[in-house]
Amino acid sequence: MRQKNRGLGLFTFFIYLFLLGPLVIIAFASFEPGSAMKFPPQGFSLKWYQNIFEVSMFKTSFITSILVSLAGNLLALLLGLPAAYALSRFQFRGKAALNAIFISPVLIPGIVLGFTMLKYVIITYNLPVYSALLIGHTVIMLPFIIRVIASSLANFDFAVEEASLSLGAGRLKTFFTVVLPNIKSGIIAAVLIAFLESFNNVDISVFMTGPGISTFPIQMLLYVENNFDPTIAAISVLLMLFTAVLMFIIERLMGLSYFTKR
Amino acid sequence: MAMLTLENIAVSYDQQYILKDFNLSVEKGSLISLLGPSGCGKTTTLRLIAGFLDAKEGKFALNGKDYTRVPVNKRNFGFVFQSYALFPHLSVYDNVAFGLRLRKVNKADVDRRVRRMLDIVNLSGFEQRFPKELSGGQRQRVAIARALVIEPDLLLFDEPLSNLDANLRVNMRVEIRRIQQELGITTVYVSHDQEECFSISDQVAVMNKGIIEQLDKPSTIFKYPKTEFVARFIGFNNFITFDSRQENGNVIELQTKGRTFRALHGEGRGEQKGLKGAIRPDDLKLGTQEELGVDFNLLPGKVKVSTYLGRSYQYVIETELGEFTVNKEMEQPYISGQEVLVHFPIEKLIVVE
Ligand SMILES: Nc1ncnc2c1ncn2[C@@H]1O[C@H](COP(=O)(O)OP(=O)(O)OP(=O)(O)O)[C@@H](O)[C@H]1O
Ligand SMILES: [Mg+2]
Repeated sequence: MRQKNRGLGLFTFFIYLFLLGPLVIIAFASFEPGSAMKFPPQGFSLKWYQNIFEVSMFKTSFITSILVSLAGNLLALLLGLPAAYALSRFQFRGKAALNAIFISPVLIPGIVLGFTMLKYVIITYNLPVYSALLIGHTVIMLPFIIRVIASSLANFDFAVEEASLSLGAGRLKTFFTVVLPNIKSGIIAAVLIAFLESFNNVDISVFMTGPGISTFPIQMLLYVENNFDPTIAAISVLLMLFTAVLMFIIERLMGLSYFTKR
Repeated sequence: MAMLTLENIAVSYDQQYILKDFNLSVEKGSLISLLGPSGCGKTTTLRLIAGFLDAKEGKFALNGKDYTRVPVNKRNFGFVFQSYALFPHLSVYDNVAFGLRLRKVNKADVDRRVRRMLDIVNLSGFEQRFPKELSGGQRQRVAIARALVIEPDLLLFDEPLSNLDANLRVNMRVEIRRIQQELGITTVYVSHDQEECFSISDQVAVMNKGIIEQLDKPSTIFKYPKTEFVARFIGFNNFITFDSRQENGNVIELQTKGRTFRALHGEGRGEQKGLKGAIRPDDLKLGTQEELGVDFNLLPGKVKVSTYLGRSYQYVIETELGEFTVNKEMEQPYISGQEVLVHFPIEKLIVVE
């Protein structure tokens, strides 16, 4: 018994090492004063952190990424919220098919999706880079929005909506005064998860970006193609922190929604 | 005068009819229960009345007004759900005030009416609590207050007590009945608990497969079921199938296999159509002819099984007309194989369809 537990402990240790090791190495390496990444670092310096803000294409691509992710998020929410509601509340023909279509972007490899969109949508309709990026990112966010909101709707008793109807509220009024406040945390979680998905996306963006316009992860890729300094490690550390904060919020929201369940 | 009427209502879920040619009428201010086994269409009937479901055919009217096509949010009915269905994000006060605010009642009146209603359901002081901070019984009372405060034209309950424990159930049903009578609101109440229905209703409709088998006062149903289904449902476990019948004044004579049994016509017993005799295990008598002191409605039999029930013994008696279950209190129990006479007291033998 004891033996087995020790084996399991060792196993867990290696999993964590495997998962977190690279992150720790990157974090340390980001403080390297020299112009090449080293582990362990030969000193301590924040100059590569400073460098992030001096490279102008990081700044512009960061803004592009944020804008595309936010605007795409809004679009995906406007499409996804009614879709999630319809899929979880009504029975209709073709529901299963629609479900599959909304989920498919998660299942299809990003490269395939990106290439297909480029060839059959972007080029066919000759869309400008920004619109292309927006469409692409809306498409990849939609499944996350729909799935997270649908799961939070599934935890919400339909009878509560009926109670509202029977008390005299119309369908729309019921949606806004009764449904929405109760799936609020689910919606926020959906938006954050989708945001992370979009912000980190490379495989779709790579087909949509054009000369002079690029997203942040793409810019990072371009940067490491030509530079070997620890700037990229510094960026990674900042992104990790950013992601950790978002994940923490998501965890709190989804966790809370478990407690409010009867 | 009938206040609520359902006329030839039909409801179907994808091709399959759940209700067909369904008729019901309820008097103003009375409480009627729909009672029946699971899946017989009670909830369907109630949801149709509430407006959550559309009728395929037929007409539903209330106080002479046709409601068949009126959408649910325009009906002004109070609905109390099995799951309470309180608004989780609103306090007790706001839950109860919800319907009033939709009706644009002014603030002072909302406050007065909400507080009065919370007082009626004994929840004063709980205004600021949220539903998850309440017990099941308290939640159900909030649900009742929320449905009542809008002064509904009709009050609908769908198994409101089935999530509560036995003691609370009894208290709550007394409470529901008290409030309903105090406010004089016409009410339709769904349950599959017999005792609950009988104890709070003016009238009970026993349903079976989308049909009302009998609509009567609780005591009438309890004593004089009209059909075999109703009889079985309320505990008449013994049946005799007869071949023919004659009426002889207020006596009905029924024959099978050369034997004649007598049952009574008259006061409160309804038409007593049909060719089946029904009787409860408690009402059958056992003994010798001297012990029983009668010379008709007797049937010789043999004790097949004897079970000790604590207060009494339960016997299964085998006869040429089938097996009968009899409950009997006695010191010296019968043993298996013993020959006895089964007596069907004339006033207890009910003729059903
Ligand atoms: N949404 C639905 N789709 C298809 N069939 C349904 C639906 N709702 C109910 N039914 C069927 O309609 C019949 C009547 O259901 P209903 O809910 O009215 O029964 P009930 O008398 O309330 O039973 P219970 O005591 O179990 O609540 C059942 O056979 C049920 O399977
Ligand atoms: Mg039901």
